[in-house]
Amino acid sequence: MNVLNFVSAFFSDSAHWHGYDGIPTRLWEHVQYSLEALALAAAIGLPVGLVTGHYGRGGNVLSLVATAARALPTFGLLVVATIVLGFGMLPVMIPLVILAVPPILVTTYEAVRSVDPSPVDAARGMGMRETDVLLRVELPVALPLIFGGLRSAAIQIVSTATIAAYVSLGGLGRYIVDGLYQHDYEKVVGGAALVAGLALVTLALFWAATKAAVSPGVRRSN
Amino acid sequence: MIRIDSVTKRYPDGTVAVDRLSLDIPDRSITVLVGPSGCGKTTTLRMINRMVEPSVGAILIDGVDSRQQSVNTLRRGMGYVIQNAGLFQHRTIVDNIATVPRMLGWSKDKARARARELMERVGLDASFAKRYPYQLSGGQQQRVGVARALAADPPVLLMDEPFSAVDPVVRKGLQDELLRIQAELGKTIVFVTHDIDEAVKLGTMVAVLRTGGRLAQFAPPAELLSDPADAFVEDFLGADRGIRRLSFFSSAGLDLLTAPVVAIDATAEQIAARGTTEAPYALVTGLDGRPLGWSEPDRLTAGQIDVGRLLPCGRPFVAGQDSLRAALDCAVLSPTGWAVAVDDEGRAAGVVSQASIAEAIRGAHAEGREEPRSTGAGVQKVIR
Repeated sequence: MNVLNFVSAFFSDSAHWHGYDGIPTRLWEHVQYSLEALALAAAIGLPVGLVTGHYGRGGNVLSLVATAARALPTFGLLVVATIVLGFGMLPVMIPLVILAVPPILVTTYEAVRSVDPSPVDAARGMGMRETDVLLRVELPVALPLIFGGLRSAAIQIVSTATIAAYVSLGGLGRYIVDGLYQHDYEKVVGGAALVAGLALVTLALFWAATKAAVSPGVRRSN
Repeated sequence: MIRIDSVTKRYPDGTVAVDRLSLDIPDRSITVLVGPSGCGKTTTLRMINRMVEPSVGAILIDGVDSRQQSVNTLRRGMGYVIQNAGLFQHRTIVDNIATVPRMLGWSKDKARARARELMERVGLDASFAKRYPYQLSGGQQQRVGVARALAADPPVLLMDEPFSAVDPVVRKGLQDELLRIQAELGKTIVFVTHDIDEAVKLGTMVAVLRTGGRLAQFAPPAELLSDPADAFVEDFLGADRGIRRLSFFSSAGLDLLTAPVVAIDATAEQIAARGTTEAPYALVTGLDGRPLGWSEPDRLTAGQIDVGRLLPCGRPFVAGQDSLRAALDCAVLSPTGWAVAVDDEGRAAGVVSQASIAEAIRGAHAEGREEPRSTGAGVQKVIR
């Protein structure tokens, strides 16, 4: 039996489409975990990245923190957090957020910092407030890159949120963890295929969001 | 009036960008700050809208210290144009121009209506309104930059090397456009450039700064060319300042000879009556009176003038409107050594020799009768 057979067997089994362990439930749980983690990471990464990028300072500290955060093993972090905090949502969110903050933070910083300085100078010279310079002049131009950072963070979260299953939570990781335990490889492969599919959907959503949010005047090349 | 009152700008590393500079910038005229790089001209400009704060001294606007009002209020009352236009690439042309009115709280419709009005004023086709900056050429972008600076009708316009990034042909067009707009609007313009020709062409007053941020000379351009204050200014003006100064003398005083002008359908009597006295060549004109070319007198036969065998007459100058410099240039370029003068309509008004242009130059120098520079409109006609 090859992988494709596993996949078709998994998805054609009607038992997998109902109940608390059904695909819709697990998918929805996974999406919830991912959205929560992405929102938290964006809430940290975007403002810090925007402000440091605007003032052009703190780049070194930023990349140091980002490198350190990337070096942390996600799974180890989950185990430690669970031991310290007990079972629950929080120990899962910590490693996911730590995973997602660096790409958001670093690309946002770089995106704002690399905005052409002459419109910024012009904006200040015409008496624009500093917050407006950031939000109305720099941000719209930096948007494509910022979306890029959010996108790679989101993809990483979606694929890593499977770890929630290790600490008794739901999500698509349930199929992988349970399948491995039960030697039910149909389930393992099916779960993995769902995660991969969700990652692709995320990619498509970001593509659409970028297209909708970025002004047609902003050239992708710069 | 903007008064720069013994202003010094010293940076923390000890560099002195501007050194005890005092300038009175007259209202409703173009004051040009010119000098080599590192002379502090841009710093001086940026101190006027407080993009740079002076270390010592003050800048007074209508007698009031510019630090009396908030930075943003001050800046919203001064248009600001920079080298690469600095347009907002995510906004359409019309919204770029409407930026300051929107900041001042105008409604979107009113601001856009004003923006469209300004597009027309700076010579941009209305079809550009919905385009984005990347769809425009450098020259067009700079027109948008000027329109954006004028949008809220500020009394002061600060321009920092606005035309130096475009090619010479486009630059000349933008300069002429600026003079035209200035003749209509009468703003107080402070204009920074490193190009002395641009300074002489645009400036009502020109401040020449030397490296280290010291004022070398502050004078009207004609005076700058005739009486440079010192060797630095003389050197900065370049080797041909004598020729350039001729831009300020009108060609109105030239003695135009009409006798050598012969229409292509001239009769034998008219050709004979032309005489061969002063000019060695005859200027043949078409039926519409426009010059066609030069002919040797012995080739002139009534009814048989061959246009193909005429010597080219080159570009003529407009009598009375163009300067002596333009007239001299025409004479130098003419194959016969004689310049052709035309009237407003392009019809031949007469011819003039290099010798008699030289005579006029001597006379003009003796009288020192440069054209005054107070209005923009007259000037662009004289300078060609």
